[in-house]
Amino acid sequence: MSLMSKLNQKALRQGVPLSVHLDVTYRCNERCEHCYLDHEGDGEMNTAEIKALLDQLAAAGVFFLTISGGEPLIRPDCFEIIEHARKLRFNVKFKTNAVLIREKQAKRLRELNVEQVQISVYSHRAEVHDGISKVPGSLKRTINGIRLLKSQGLKVTIANVLMKGNLQDAEGVRQLAVEVGAHYTLDPTITPMMNGDTSLLRLRISSDSLRTVFQNPDLVGNVEEFCAPPPPVDEDALEGYPCSAGHTACYVSPRGDVYPCVQFPITCGNIREQEFLDIWQNSPQLKEVRAIRGKHLTTCSSCNHLGTCTRCPGLAYMEGNMRGPSTADCEKSYVRTGIISAGMLARANSPSASSLIQIRPYVA
Amino acid sequence: MNDIYIARSTAVAAREMAGEMMIMSATDSTLFSLNETATLIWQAADGKTSLADIVQHRICQEYHVDPDVAYQDAADLVGELASLGILVLSHQPVGNAQFEVTQQA
Repeated sequence: MSLMSKLNQKALRQGVPLSVHLDVTYRCNERCEHCYLDHEGDGEMNTAEIKALLDQLAAAGVFFLTISGGEPLIRPDCFEIIEHARKLRFNVKFKTNAVLIREKQAKRLRELNVEQVQISVYSHRAEVHDGISKVPGSLKRTINGIRLLKSQGLKVTIANVLMKGNLQDAEGVRQLAVEVGAHYTLDPTITPMMNGDTSLLRLRISSDSLRTVFQNPDLVGNVEEFCAPPPPVDEDALEGYPCSAGHTACYVSPRGDVYPCVQFPITCGNIREQEFLDIWQNSPQLKEVRAIRGKHLTTCSSCNHLGTCTRCPGLAYMEGNMRGPSTADCEKSYVRTGIISAGMLARANSPSASSLIQIRPYVA
Repeated sequence: MNDIYIARSTAVAAREMAGEMMIMSATDSTLFSLNETATLIWQAADGKTSLADIVQHRICQEYHVDPDVAYQDAADLVGELASLGILVLSHQPVGNAQFEVTQQA
């Protein structure tokens, strides 16, 4: 077992929130067509509030801190926040579109020993990338930012979100990553907006396109292994929990709301009203999330894919039931292996899909 | 004998979990786990306290071991941690330069 796996298991046993994703703003200098955020700056935590939150997170045992947005560099105090986080010895991962990265910013991120920087690139072609970001010239500025970060010796990951509009450019982005010396990840998951609006789902790639992606060894590695039929469901799968959300990880919004994950919009508390550790340990919502095991899932507990599915409980929650299947993950499991999921069978027998619930304001 | 002063590297992330110190290098993302004794030395590595003082006042008091043996073991350990970029060694007291710089944007 790797040291990282041991660390995760220990955090789970000790009830430690090992990883926190913190969005310091929802404001952004791009308007990406698939973005699930509202881009409003109202109610944003100020510098002192964020620093106090970071103090609480460190005391609670958080080790991995992702600072993201919106575009975090829009905040004039962004580097003050990162510096405070590094003083507290967090492992900091920084997510940005890199449009505002100049030599000074790249150098400062290196000085502060940010562990890695993740940057979204949708295409190697300006007309496609800029068409998605809605900002002319953004690809050029993003690539320039990536080169400046790499020149400082920073670890950079290019994240490529696959949609209908940029599907054909996945290989081009991968080659761009090789050229600039960045890591490459791709994600075909398009999520509803956090307010429940599902209109973004029209951007999702088709099953046929997903199948092509899953058969590309440059994108998924060992295709035979990746697309292998699931092994028989065992005790580990039935007693296991679906992902780290709420168990060893959580999300804090710019307004101080705490969720199990950025893709799981069930408000568990607000750090303006409660200490972080109090929310983490005592929130009824987090306790409910933590109580769910594979055997408790309403449809998935009887599914062949239970042990290997990427089922996202947050997406399931947005479909109306955190214990239910997530349509997108059912599709991925099916396309990957050719074996129909229990969720697909259930939907075939009951075609009326439940509407997506909306995020609810936190009430103390 | 020149004594050694040890300081925690500013290029790493660190967090203690149930008596065990987890360290991750920002340079190459390598994860380390320090045992109880190494954790104790890491926590005492303020750059201002000599290794001899750390051994005498922290290690020997905690574990009731022979001071000479403890010092040699500690010197070996900090040498290894320095080679991994986790600690910085000096023959003079050292500050934490990175975090004393003024804030910039």
